[in-house]
Amino acid sequence: MSEQQKLERMLAQGKISRREFLTRMSALGLVAALPSLMSDSAFAAKPKKGGHFRLGLGHGSTTDSLDPGTFENAYSQTMGYGLRNNLTEVNADNQLIGELAESWEASPDAKTWTFKLRRGVEFHNGKIMDASDVVASVQHHRGEDSKSAAKAILESIVDLKADGKNTVEFSLKEGNADFPYIMSDYHIVVMPAKDGNVDWKSGVGTGAFALQSYEPGVSIKMKRNPNYWKQGRGHFDSAEMITIADVAARTNALTTGEVDAIDRLDIKTLHLLKRNKNINIIESSGNAHYTFAMLTDIAPFDNNHVRLALKWGLDREALLQTILRGHGYLGNDHPIGRANPYLAKDLPQRNLDPDKAKFHLKKAGLSKLTVDLSAADAAFGGAVDAAVLYKEHAAKANITINVVREPNDGYWSNVWLKKPWCAVYWGGRPTEDWMFSTAYAAGAPWNDSHWKHDRFNELLVLARAELDEAKRRAMYHEMQLICRDEGGVCVPLFNNYVEGLSKKVGHGKIAGNWTMDGLKALERWWFV
Amino acid sequence: MLNLVKVVAQRLALGLLVLFAVSMIIFLGVELLPGDLCQEIQGQGATKETVAACRKELGLDLPPVTRYVSWLGGVVQGDFGVSLANQREISELIGVRLSNTVFLALIAAVISVPLALILGLLAALYRNTIYDRMVNVVTLTSISTPEFFVAYILILFFSVKLGWFPSLSNVSPETEFWERVYRAILPATTLTLVVVAHMMRMTRASIINLLASPYIEMANLKGLPRSHVIVRHALPNAWAPIVNVIVINLAYLIVGVVVVEVVFVYPGLGQLIVDSVQKRDIPVVQACSLIFAATYVLLNLTADILSIVTNPRLLHPR
Repeated sequence: MSEQQKLERMLAQGKISRREFLTRMSALGLVAALPSLMSDSAFAAKPKKGGHFRLGLGHGSTTDSLDPGTFENAYSQTMGYGLRNNLTEVNADNQLIGELAESWEASPDAKTWTFKLRRGVEFHNGKIMDASDVVASVQHHRGEDSKSAAKAILESIVDLKADGKNTVEFSLKEGNADFPYIMSDYHIVVMPAKDGNVDWKSGVGTGAFALQSYEPGVSIKMKRNPNYWKQGRGHFDSAEMITIADVAARTNALTTGEVDAIDRLDIKTLHLLKRNKNINIIESSGNAHYTFAMLTDIAPFDNNHVRLALKWGLDREALLQTILRGHGYLGNDHPIGRANPYLAKDLPQRNLDPDKAKFHLKKAGLSKLTVDLSAADAAFGGAVDAAVLYKEHAAKANITINVVREPNDGYWSNVWLKKPWCAVYWGGRPTEDWMFSTAYAAGAPWNDSHWKHDRFNELLVLARAELDEAKRRAMYHEMQLICRDEGGVCVPLFNNYVEGLSKKVGHGKIAGNWTMDGLKALERWWFV
Repeated sequence: MLNLVKVVAQRLALGLLVLFAVSMIIFLGVELLPGDLCQEIQGQGATKETVAACRKELGLDLPPVTRYVSWLGGVVQGDFGVSLANQREISELIGVRLSNTVFLALIAAVISVPLALILGLLAALYRNTIYDRMVNVVTLTSISTPEFFVAYILILFFSVKLGWFPSLSNVSPETEFWERVYRAILPATTLTLVVVAHMMRMTRASIINLLASPYIEMANLKGLPRSHVIVRHALPNAWAPIVNVIVINLAYLIVGVVVVEVVFVYPGLGQLIVDSVQKRDIPVVQACSLIFAATYVLLNLTADILSIVTNPRLLHPR
């Protein structure tokens, strides 16, 4: 650490006074650099190198591993983006930019995609990245024996091959205009290939940080990759991610300076934390949302009027204020959020209307309705409370909801996709097509409403292969409308990511597509 | 002496039987939990095919009896196998965690055992005085308060307000000894507050119990000072129950500290077993449970031996 950085840290930690800081800085002849340093806003400062960054995250388990096929929580995802790169990257403005791919182009039917790779990018072990590594890294998630969670999103690939050292060509079953977006997924990181297989065990990648030590469920230590190819990224000398599952412990760690940033702040005590002058609270709205999914092939949810009655029977605003304390925004019964490119902003917001709910009940031939709603906090924090509130709201429309409290353990295997109506959490997807194909397309394994809508599915395929912006926008608009008025999922809320940073940590615009600045905090942030 | 060896051998054999039963119960218990490892590892992202592939790779599609027998065969040869979740050697996985847990337990024991004994002796010595009442009230309050609450209070005062100790105890194998001790102080203090009352009360009670016996009356009549009577005459006869309580508490320090580990982010065995149960990583759960059960068996054995050594009459149960 340079003398200047040392002084800045001491000033930031209150170990020396401003007066002493000025005196000692002028002794170093550095007074000219002061104005930017003395500003309180981390946002305004320019990125600087150095420091040991400690990140405390609520996720992370002993059973995690470095295999990107198993990445299922924000801890391993952030770790993956720190160690490795993808072909493409979603930036803070939700635009797709090249990462290891310099450029890409599609055939006119969007069935064949050719990615040109960046030249001379070095892995941490000195190997130069080339097309064979990319092919092996994608193949890692495909094939009969793959147990990767990314298997489903790569299903549309028929074949991929390296064309020379710096070109990779993908052939798809059907046209997909969003295919390059899929390549930014946190599972599909590029790792070095060895005899056609990838080496994930070593943690070697092309990322801003190289692995030093990893103890799953405890911590990971990394040091800066001195040969990182990406300009203006990777500022910390070293970084450490610590699993702090308990939210109070996490908050304590931040307030006592044991870590420099934490995720998943306790929104119930946020107003108290805001009083702490050494902490910045950052909040970003993305695509993460809470849903209540109904199985549309099971009575009474097979009747769209029943579904509409339930959708009209929920006071979303009240839910937003109680469950999220305002840290989110209202959902409109479709899964498209503010970080998606084609959000239909002009669709009227649906909210509580007992009369409309009663009207639809009557249309369904019912005067009153009794249904079970399964919930557990494993679905999302406060899901059981949300279900109880829902019960109260719906009672106004002669709907009786029995809230069934399910065990947290095994929620995703025994309740989700199995119980006729249950609370669900979705992290959202960067594109409309990806989100709809994952959870709303007929026959998709995670279609948690078993929904089949002919027009919707037809549009899904058409829009996927459509390269014309305006036409695509119109199609996605119609799909959101269909989803809202005929879908099987009630989407009441989109939740914000609320994170706490020490004032010492600088950052640019915070991305909303995922938590932790699009999961890229490690390479995007710096010490001011 | 030969009798003692016989008792030890008997106890060890019984202990092995207990371990075997424990391993079977745990296996059954984890089998009965809803969901399975592959579902849990892949979370919401699991599909039928990926779960099937994962189950096949890990051998989870075999019947439970087959898996149990092959696991037991490995353990007998000293091979705990690999974690199903991330393919790491279990011995390696547990080694670091176990040494962390034992380290924390030792620090807590070094603080709490002498403290409890001294407090208990003094309480017996000054029975029914203000001191006695105070010690009882304070220790009983601390044992009645949930551990995590004690931990938060300590963090609030000693790390947030005063800044003396870190709120995180995230030690790693590279951490130096004194740094380790420093980081373990707050969790060890929490544990001390939780276990001291039990040991202190037992010390006090068993000594007071003896004070009514005729030989103590004799010592008093001889005109010996009261402290002398308690330490030299009463204490040796009181060791057996005290040692038993101390040992139970030591075992607790090793197997029951998961809440403290979570609050202080201390990488011990408790967190490992919780993670593994959640993910149905049976080999790890089994190995941890065996270690916990073995801890109890061994410590209880130690207690028996110590009681016999301090009171040879116990060799001949009536």
